[in-house]
Amino acid sequence: MTTLHRVSLTINGKIYEAEVEARITLADFIRHVCGLTGTHVGCEHGVCGACTIQLDGRAVRSCTIYAVQADGVFLKTVEGLQGSDGSLHPVQQAFSDCDGLQCGFCTPGMQMTIAAFLEENPSPTEREVRELISGNICRCTGYQGIVRAALQAAQAIRESKTHGRP
Amino acid sequence: MVTVLPDAKLLAGGQSLGPMLNFRYLMPENIIDLNHVEDLQGIQQDQDNTIHIGSMTRQYQIQKDPLLTKELPILSDALQWVGHYATRNRGTLGGSLAHLDPAAELPGICALLDAELSVQSKLGVRRISIHDWPKGFMQADLNENEILTSISLRPWPEPHGACFLELSRRHGDFAIAGVACLISLDDNDRVRRFAASVIGVANCPVRLRQAEKSLPGERYSESLAIALSQEINLLEAPADAHHSGDFRKRTAKTLLQRAIQQACADAAKKRSLT
Repeated sequence: MTTLHRVSLTINGKIYEAEVEARITLADFIRHVCGLTGTHVGCEHGVCGACTIQLDGRAVRSCTIYAVQADGVFLKTVEGLQGSDGSLHPVQQAFSDCDGLQCGFCTPGMQMTIAAFLEENPSPTEREVRELISGNICRCTGYQGIVRAALQAAQAIRESKTHGRP
Repeated sequence: MVTVLPDAKLLAGGQSLGPMLNFRYLMPENIIDLNHVEDLQGIQQDQDNTIHIGSMTRQYQIQKDPLLTKELPILSDALQWVGHYATRNRGTLGGSLAHLDPAAELPGICALLDAELSVQSKLGVRRISIHDWPKGFMQADLNENEILTSISLRPWPEPHGACFLELSRRHGDFAIAGVACLISLDDNDRVRRFAASVIGVANCPVRLRQAEKSLPGERYSESLAIALSQEINLLEAPADAHHSGDFRKRTAKTLLQRAIQQACADAAKKRSLT
């Protein structure tokens, strides 16, 4: 017999409520229940990083969290990364400028990881960026463009902070 | 709940149990989520300087904690190697100890520091030395009706050097082998106290007791470090698809030689600061 559990959470500022089985991962909840398919599911066991989202501001794998555990939390997915005026987030802009993507499958996870990390550390070294994205697998780019994009985004974020813009 | 529910599995950060459930490796009847139990989280130091870490304290919290980075820098050094940025945001110290992967860094550091583990059931609290905690391959001394609640670590009182080194195929992957060393020196650069643990080369973390007895009283030399590392030959290292047991041992020996050197240099630096 399957018991259903009520889950209510906020994604990108919007409240979602549903009754789900305890075994539904947060990644499946985001994609199938909420219809937010920007979050990608790759390995489904916490290795590839494609499903990385932000939970209460911290980057986490949504495939190794169950939706029932996320009752009441605030999530941000790649759909919520851009500004409210539709302008690209510095990380998104940098991915575009630096050829940080080819097929795009790993991109949402990469961007959610990098964006969360740059909030903590807006002046990372190249080595720190490489260690950071060691948890996200990309099979097209060879990572060079992604590393360049992360460093360019870091610079853009630092500059916007010194100019007093959000 | 642990006592009442049949076939229940405790869920900590979910960075190991989550994948096992997703793979249908394990299919328990019940999962008990510990993530909202606030009493299992936090870092405290008591009057005799022992530091108590709640089992559900997340790895990123330990890595960033100012008290721990000051008193037990080896812990944050090793945490850089534990999984990845996003997994450390969820993964916990207690979860890593209960899972007890032979290549995991945190059990190795706890073994190095002679950690004491507190385990609670309805009957009361049981305290276990980390050295008695592994009962076999990935099997901790934790009964079905018990929860690992906290981990107690005692920092070395004197200034000392620390070094953690590891080799893995990709940063954040399971270690092929890893070593952790603590060394304190007297005023004549002779080793006063030495502790070393190795991960990835046996069923559970191993302390190098012979080397720990032999090094004190001596000054560092490369030939001495090479001689001490031979103790690793005695271990029965597991093989997998990528690495033979012998390769793991050779790796561990080289890492140990480097770690002894670096920990001695670090110890000399720390001593000059005091």
